[in-house]
Formats: sequence, structure tokens, C-alpha cells
Amino acid sequence: MKLHEYQSKALLRERGVTVPDGHVAASADEARAAAEKLFAAGSARVAVKAQVHAGGRGKGGGIKLASTADEAAEFAGAMLGSQLVTPQTGTEGVPVNTVYIEGGADIANELYVALTLDRSSRCPVVIASAEGGMDIEEVAETNPDAIIREHCAPGWGLRPFQVTRLAYNLGLSGKAARGAAATILKLANAYRDLDASLAEINPLVITGDDNVIALDAKFDIDDNALYRHADLAELHDPSEEEPLELEAAEHSLSYVALDGTVGCMVNGAGLAMGTMDEISNAGGFPANFLDVGGGASVERVANAFRILMKGERVSAVLINIFGGIVRCDRVAKGVIEALGTVEVNVPVVVRLQGTNAEEGREILRQSDLEFLVAETLREAAEKAVNAASGQAEA
Amino acid sequence: MSIFVDSDSRILVQGITGSEGSFHARQCIEYGSNVVAGVTPGKGGQMFEDTVPVFNTVAEAVTATGADVSLIFVPPPFAADAVMEAADAGVRLAICITEGVPALDMVDVVGYCNARGTRLIGPNCPGVITPGQCKVGIMPGFVHKEGRVGVISRSGTLTYEAVDQLTRVGIGQSTCIGIGGDPVIGTTHRDCLERFAEDEGTDAVVMIGEIGGSGEEEAAAYIADDYPLPVIAFIAGQTAPPGKRMGHAGAIIAGGKGTAAEKMKALTAAGAHVVESPSEIGAKVLEVLGD
Repeated sequence: MKLHEYQSKALLRERGVTVPDGHVAASADEARAAAEKLFAAGSARVAVKAQVHAGGRGKGGGIKLASTADEAAEFAGAMLGSQLVTPQTGTEGVPVNTVYIEGGADIANELYVALTLDRSSRCPVVIASAEGGMDIEEVAETNPDAIIREHCAPGWGLRPFQVTRLAYNLGLSGKAARGAAATILKLANAYRDLDASLAEINPLVITGDDNVIALDAKFDIDDNALYRHADLAELHDPSEEEPLELEAAEHSLSYVALDGTVGCMVNGAGLAMGTMDEISNAGGFPANFLDVGGGASVERVANAFRILMKGERVSAVLINIFGGIVRCDRVAKGVIEALGTVEVNVPVVVRLQGTNAEEGREILRQSDLEFLVAETLREAAEKAVNAASGQAEA
Repeated sequence: MSIFVDSDSRILVQGITGSEGSFHARQCIEYGSNVVAGVTPGKGGQMFEDTVPVFNTVAEAVTATGADVSLIFVPPPFAADAVMEAADAGVRLAICITEGVPALDMVDVVGYCNARGTRLIGPNCPGVITPGQCKVGIMPGFVHKEGRVGVISRSGTLTYEAVDQLTRVGIGQSTCIGIGGDPVIGTTHRDCLERFAEDEGTDAVVMIGEIGGSGEEEAAAYIADDYPLPVIAFIAGQTAPPGKRMGHAGAIIAGGKGTAAEKMKALTAAGAHVVESPSEIGAKVLEVLGD
């Protein structure tokens, strides 16, 4: 679950990291009032920052500097309600519902620092670079030697000597080095305490008088840990997510919208991906990823069917169930029952394999509903792709 | 021959009185696995199915029964602690089926297990089966057949699909391991490849990977260095979009890294037989073994 900049900064501020003063605004008037407060407190300029989860906001016009409160209101008014397109969004962009109005900082030096999971070392890692403000993936491509890493040992976490070493390796000294080291340690503690999968400050600013400020911040929280962070779960902003993906999540189904025409429903994530790949090998393209789970109960199949049929381009459906512990005859009955509750006006290919597969196929053949029954995954994919192109022509 | 588990394995089931645990413990027993103990705190002294004693703690169960493998069906908030309890009690192999364990919990758990010499498989995995000898997991036993091909996979049903294809073309399996779909797992593709290389009962390895992480690339680097067995590989998620989690917590192309194309390229370069379609796994193994 991604958090907005203003949410991430509030979490850092609570943990003693210095962040610029700022206020959230949902209208131009609120933005003007926020800017007036910041100017009154001594800011020379204020930043108006679109609060979206996607990165690359600056390049997409989502960050503007204003010299007057009226100017801040004007920028905010233009951003709010618009779709912001950045290098990390699709061409449709993402909606801007709030902006963050923030005081400026006296920037002498910009650094990059983040904590993330190093999957191959199986522990968290601090990633830092002296090239702050830049996209870290870009730095990794163009200047990989500029990236400094410190791993957090399991059970021990990040130790003070590591952050001190990191600060010196970033070329800092004196007060700035001490401040940066302390900030990185606080960021690491926040990463751990909040069960983050990413905690990023980019840029981490060293000011002219060697203070250390988090000018931007981003947290991504491990969904599997939200059960123990009720306060964080409340920060969820679903406005940038696909409505169908949200609906699926409410039913504990895993769904991802894609842009092909063959809707698919599969039990198990790996087999669901494999089924998508097989559809592509057969000359078509999947309309979605959908894992109904290992059990594939009637209720789950019905919910899954309803959601996948909402995909606008679906012109055929492929149901692929490998019956292990769950018996295919029960799945077949579930599919028939589920299809009785959903309007289906495209061909449906069903492939059952595993426990009681033949009994399951027989139940489907004898039902009033018209299924195309397949035995192998390849046959199923070919039938579904043919059916989808037949529908498209008709 | 086999790796990790065989007919001598003495299995204990953590969470044996829960709905998942009891169902699958029964299935494992029916398959012929030697389930010697169950653990559920507060239920010590009971008997499961009139034959398996239940204990309050893993330590007690190990002392009383000599269990050396633990199969864990404990809900996500308690799963990390359950694995650590197994490791602390000296269990040789802990297999964690639970899906939904926070990733940072697993960081400490993997460190804890490594320090105690306990191998962890999973979490979020179907478990391990040595056909004809021992099933320690939730996979359907009947699709498997005794034989000489090892199977390693990050997924559940896709593994059953691949195994079913093998069995249908007459190829049996030595051991099949579901290593799990989470970002932090105890045992990797590479770890399993190492063990299969030492196993006299394994002639070839089927490796099923998926998008996300770099476990397949690390496996590729390992097999490139004179790996003694043929490896047949499939990577799921060739059509998956970047930045989207595909069901498994670990199946995500992040920052352009972890694509199926990269993994297939690395494995091909390492000398593995990479198939593009999941339907071709069985036929490809047959072809490779026939050479």
C-alpha cells in the first residue's frame, strides 16, 4: 500500500526527522491559506506538490514553486481535479485530489536514501547516492558505482557504525555527516516499525548551514502486515487504483486488468500467469489476471466471474482449474451455479484437470449452459483465442 | 533416492487441530507419510485421529517422538513464531505453508533458522513430496509418480500441472519442492539445484520460476558452471505488466527488473532447456531425457 508524500512526512516527523513545514489542501482557497501561513512564517517561496502515488511528479508538472499566495492558489487550482501524467503513469494519468503546500529549503546538497528489501540477500538494505533528486533506477543504469549499500542484518538491524560509514562514503563531514547518519537511522527504524517495503527520501537535503531535511518522502507498506497497522490502513487512498482491482480485493480475489480480449479465471497465481502466457502463445492476449484461489468455491467463482465479465474487451472466457485437493466435479457444479447468477454473452471455455476431471467435464457437457470443454491447457487456450476472434468478427 | 524428505522422515504438524492443518495432516497420513506428532498450544494430551499425539509445544513433541520435519499451518500473525519454535526445538526441516506472512518477519526468521542449522522451505508454498515415500504439504499426491526427475517451483497449481504432464508421459519424480511465492523464502531454486546435483536418484531437474526477484538468475549463474544435470525451465508471467503484483507477494516486476524475458535469457545462456509454453514442460523433459 503506497502512502502519499504528506502522509509519509507526517510519519517521519513523528520519528524526529526534520521535514519542511507544510499543509494539505483540497481546494485553491485552502492552498492560498496554507501558503499565507508559510509566507508569514518566513518562507521566501512555497512549493505546490500534487499528492499522487506515482513518481516523476516534477517531470509531469506536478511540482510548482510559487512566490505569492495567489500564485500558489493558481497552481493548486490547475492541479486539483486534473489528471497528472508522469513518466511513471499511463497516458491517462492519475487524478490529483489533494496538493501539499510546503515551505522552501536552502539547498546546498541533495542526496538519495532509501530502504528496501534485498530479496537475494534476504534482508533490508539501505541504498544511498550523492546524486539526490534523480530517479535511482536511472542512477543504477548510468552510474552504478555511485550507489552505496548497507545491509541490515537479520535480528540486528542497521547499526550506528553503518550509517556513520554511509555518511562519510557519501562525501559528508562534520555536522552534516552526523545529521545525515542520524536521519538514515531514523528512516531505517521507521521502515522496520511500519513494516514498509520501501521507505525513500529523495532528495535528502543538506542545507547551507549543514542541517539535514527530508524534502520528499515515500513509503510503501507491506500489505501482508497491515493487520497490525490499523492506523496505516486508514491512510489508504484508492483513487489511483483500478476500480475492478479494488472490487476484486474486497472479495479476496487477486485480479489485474490487462488489455487483451480473453478473460481468464484460474486457481493459483502461477498457473494463472502460465495460462496468460499460453493464451499469448496461441495468438491472443489475456484481458486479465485472476486467481480464484486454490479452493475455487461457488461463491468465489461467482464473484470472480462477475468481476471479469466487467472487463470491457472480454470477448471469450477461459476457466482453467487444476483440481488438487478440490475436486473438479465440485468445481464444475460451482461454475454452473455461478454462471446462473451472472449474465454471460460470450463463449466460455472450461478446462478441468486433476481430481475427478472427467466427472467434472461430463457435468459441464450435460448442463444447459453452452461450454466449450477442453482437456489440455493448450487446447483450452486455442479454443478461447479462436472464440474471442470469432466474437470480435461477429 | 530423494532430497529433503523420504520414508524415514518423522513429521510433526504445527496447527494440527485447525481446519487446514487437520485436513492436510489427514491427507499426508493417507498418502503414507509418517506423521508422528501434532502441536497446538492448549491441546496437549489429545490424540489426532486416534493415532497422532498432540503436544503443547514443539520441544515436547520432538523430545517425545523424535520428529525431525515440521509442517506448519499456523495463521500469518503467528507463523514466524511457529517457524522459530520449530528451529529452536532442533527440527531439521521446517516447511511453512502459510500465505500472507509479513516479509520483514521472514527476514528475522530466515536468519534465526540459518543460525540453528534448520532448513526452512516457504512460506506461501505447497510443501515437499517424495513420491511413493512421503508427502509433506498440500499437493494432490495422486498426480505424482515415483521416478528420477526433480521439480522446483515457486507456485502451487502450476507445479501440479507440470508434474501431471510428467506423469502422463511416464516420467516419475524424485522429489518435488514448492519453494514459495513470497519475496523472502528460506530455500531458493539454487539451494534445491545444489541438493539435486548430489542426489543419485535424480537425472534431470524441472525448474519453474516466475516474474519478480532474481532467484532464477542466481540459479542460472549456478548451473552455468558445469551443472551435472539437464535443467528444463519455464518462467511464468511472460505477459505480466510491470509494477503489478500477480497474486504472489513476490511476483512483481519492480523498477523494470525481474521480467520473464530476463530470466529466460539468463537460463538459456546457462544451458537450460527453456520452454515458452507451460504445456511443453512434459514433452521437453521427455525429449531431453531421450537424447
